[in-house]
Amino acid sequence: MTPSYPTRRALLQAAALTGLGSIGLARAQGRPRGDARLVVVLLRGAMDGLSLVVPHADPAYAEARPTIAIPRPGEADGALPLDDHYGLHPAFAAMQPYWTSGRLAFVHASGSPDPTRSHFDAQDYLESATPGRKSTADGWLNRLAAEIAGPGARPEAQRLLALNVGPTMPRILTGEAAVASLASGNAAVTPGALDDPATAAAFARLYAGDDRLSLAVREAAATRRDIMGNLASDDPSADRGALSLVGLARDTARLGALMQRDARIRLAFVPVGGWDTHANQGAAKGQLANRFRLLAEALDALAAGLGDQLARTSILVMSEFGRTLRQNGTGGTDHGHGNVAFVLGGGVRGGRVLGAWPGLDRSALYEGRDLAVTTDFRDIIGDVLERGFRLRDAALADVLPGMPARRPVGLYA
Amino acid sequence: MVRRRRWLQGAAGACAGIGAVGAPAVHARTELRGDVAAAHALNRLGYGPRPGDISAVGADARGWIEQQLQPPSQPLPASLASRLRDAEIAAQDPVASMRELSLRIQQNQAAASAASAAPQPPGPDNPVAAYVRQHQIPAAESRLLRALESPRQLEEAMVDFWFNHFNVFQGKNLMRVIVGHYEHFAIRPYAMGRFRDLLVATAHHPAMLYYLDNWQSVGARPGGGPRGLNENYARELMELHTLGVDGGYTQQDVTELARMLTGWTIIPLRLAGPRLDAPESAPGTPGGPADAMPGYWFNDRVHDRGEKRWLGRVVRPQGRAEGEQALEQLARHPATARHVSRKLVQYFVADEPDAALVDRLARVFLAEDGQIVPVLRALFESDAFWAPQHRGAKFKTPYHYALSALRACGATLPGRPAVLGLSGSLAAQGMPLYGCATPDGWRNTESAWLNPDAMSKRIQFATQLAGRAGPGGDADTLLGQLGPLVTPATRTLAVESSADRTLASALVLAGPGMMRR
Repeated sequence: MTPSYPTRRALLQAAALTGLGSIGLARAQGRPRGDARLVVVLLRGAMDGLSLVVPHADPAYAEARPTIAIPRPGEADGALPLDDHYGLHPAFAAMQPYWTSGRLAFVHASGSPDPTRSHFDAQDYLESATPGRKSTADGWLNRLAAEIAGPGARPEAQRLLALNVGPTMPRILTGEAAVASLASGNAAVTPGALDDPATAAAFARLYAGDDRLSLAVREAAATRRDIMGNLASDDPSADRGALSLVGLARDTARLGALMQRDARIRLAFVPVGGWDTHANQGAAKGQLANRFRLLAEALDALAAGLGDQLARTSILVMSEFGRTLRQNGTGGTDHGHGNVAFVLGGGVRGGRVLGAWPGLDRSALYEGRDLAVTTDFRDIIGDVLERGFRLRDAALADVLPGMPARRPVGLYA
Repeated sequence: MVRRRRWLQGAAGACAGIGAVGAPAVHARTELRGDVAAAHALNRLGYGPRPGDISAVGADARGWIEQQLQPPSQPLPASLASRLRDAEIAAQDPVASMRELSLRIQQNQAAASAASAAPQPPGPDNPVAAYVRQHQIPAAESRLLRALESPRQLEEAMVDFWFNHFNVFQGKNLMRVIVGHYEHFAIRPYAMGRFRDLLVATAHHPAMLYYLDNWQSVGARPGGGPRGLNENYARELMELHTLGVDGGYTQQDVTELARMLTGWTIIPLRLAGPRLDAPESAPGTPGGPADAMPGYWFNDRVHDRGEKRWLGRVVRPQGRAEGEQALEQLARHPATARHVSRKLVQYFVADEPDAALVDRLARVFLAEDGQIVPVLRALFESDAFWAPQHRGAKFKTPYHYALSALRACGATLPGRPAVLGLSGSLAAQGMPLYGCATPDGWRNTESAWLNPDAMSKRIQFATQLAGRAGPGGDADTLLGQLGPLVTPATRTLAVESSADRTLASALVLAGPGMMRR
């Protein structure tokens, strides 16, 4: 038996249907703040956080990684200095100005209380925000979208509230709230069949019902109009070729520009694959370094696209778990446990690495091999919801059902 | 007209061999029209009807399904067989292919740096691109031409199913030139055979050894160098290929299995390196012994010779046999039977698999020693497979959608540009052939694929197809052929739109009846 979590939202919807003053009820519960925004970037495949935010002051770090440790700040190819304990991977240099200006905060040794080392289970839990519970039907970002839209919101009021980047609908956005999607690459701005008025009109008639297919087709047509209207003139794809290496930055630049111009977009999701570095991951240079460089450039492009909206937009970057402290026999790392997460923008009080550092002594390691988790990833989300979106109590419990007592991380403190 | 009760009575005979296993079906008393049964069977066992299929299958849907369960009874037509380059793929040596690709990449880079210019851009004259194409095109043709035109539709569905189950990703370094070989040697010959053979064949194929890094995993030795264990394959072998994530194994079991599999590697890519007592690779035969994959090498020198403790038993040091026995044990494990059955039910019946049907199939799986055909037969004879709430309820993946639209028009893929065009469409819809980067393979659920962008791309695909499909793609023809796969509203609108022939046919090809299977 799995416990059934509170369904305040369902109650509110029932109240709305029966005309029992949902607005008053919702106000009593605290409606979300009107201009906060969130972009979740999920690094699928378990990003090696010990290479990204390097605990160079911990002697066990370099010992455990004879050929893949990042040298200390000041050494050749060394980490960029963050504080006395941590350094930043040199390939992440594009993010350093955000750290210096206090708009980037890390949370180290964070992760899930669930012990799984399965990518798929761990991503599932991270996206449902119910670790250990597989039967949760929806994703937490969708629940947040429903919370922002309010009970009984009309579909047009939800238009473009939540945006997915890419071809497949991720778990995190699955649920009852409507989700728009932004194609990846040039397809986002290339004229297509639905840009022909006669074709669009005919398909609008064909898909005029309330079924899921019809809703998706209508959403596609409406999103298309809005996106084409906002991106036609200065889209980054117009002056860049389809090089795969700049693909991510192009998508994030486009997303940032869209959010800057269209205030309806409150939530967005960007999945980034390719972090499962079991072999030859390299150190200051190499495969993982190349990934970090692309990610930093893509986040920089997102922040640049957002412009003045970055102050209201929290960019939350997470991965499903960390990797083994010790390098494995093939110059890589295997599936681990605790990891680093970070928040860029959104009024975060940055320039800090938050979270209790558990240490890397054998006795401190999780199951004798991995960085332990001292911060539940839901407390990071909780900070964003409480301080960014001003969600309180019951609303918070709707988005993060069944979580233990909140332990604020202090991201915005 | 086929009456459902009659179908089930016939099925009961076919079921006799496993009578003790399956619970007797509770026969629904509903009748199914022949064209409805045919459309369902064609959509689920394969990639939807080609012109004429619905009326042909509708006469005897049960008979057609039984034929599908026996692929050798369905010879490939000469028009298809003559275009397949199976012999070319079979003659490849995967290790030699990787070696040659690696060499060409080095030469390309050397030539570029000598000329102090950028590496040669991809193009028809680039020796790397040419070599990749030389391998990728026959592989794509083998898959796509068969899915479009082979009468053995179920076999093609199972090739897709098993490739996903044992997924490898062509984008990982040198794998671009061996995925076709992998499908041809490790998947296709056993797709309608025994699960054990699939497991053993994939475990020995260089593509899997390379993709999940086991080829580099070596046992720890006293004072040994920095090389050591990599547990990637051992974990996915239990989590994805056999027991399932809830199959009752621990992290310790992962590590121990990884130790048992040390030394399972590939014949070295660099023959000029330090002396290695590796055998020469010999071309194999598709469909031969599953443990005889070209390029596989057990390197005893790097095998961990210690005792292991795995899944609650002590494993005495036995070299290669430790891994071989582990595969045999995993192939026959009850958790494997459940995991595979659950995936089959999700693929063929519904996104949320019915637990009773999963249990029943798992019992057949175990009773039949992992033979796939009896499991599938039990599945197709189940009430759940025919239940009205499940018919036409699976949202198609982009792969299924594109193929079904092409088949509906009676399309073939004449020549390389057409094959590459379809590959490009699949990539644009987010599902590139051999392009799933993660080892869990593509999902086939509605929650994964139904979204506004997907619908927009399907309308795009259908509109382009309608514009160039020829007479087979005319709306009139499609309306006549597709029967129950055209909703009444679609039919009305297509007829009203007949002044614009492309639009009328696009409405049928991208109508609601074509989006699900």
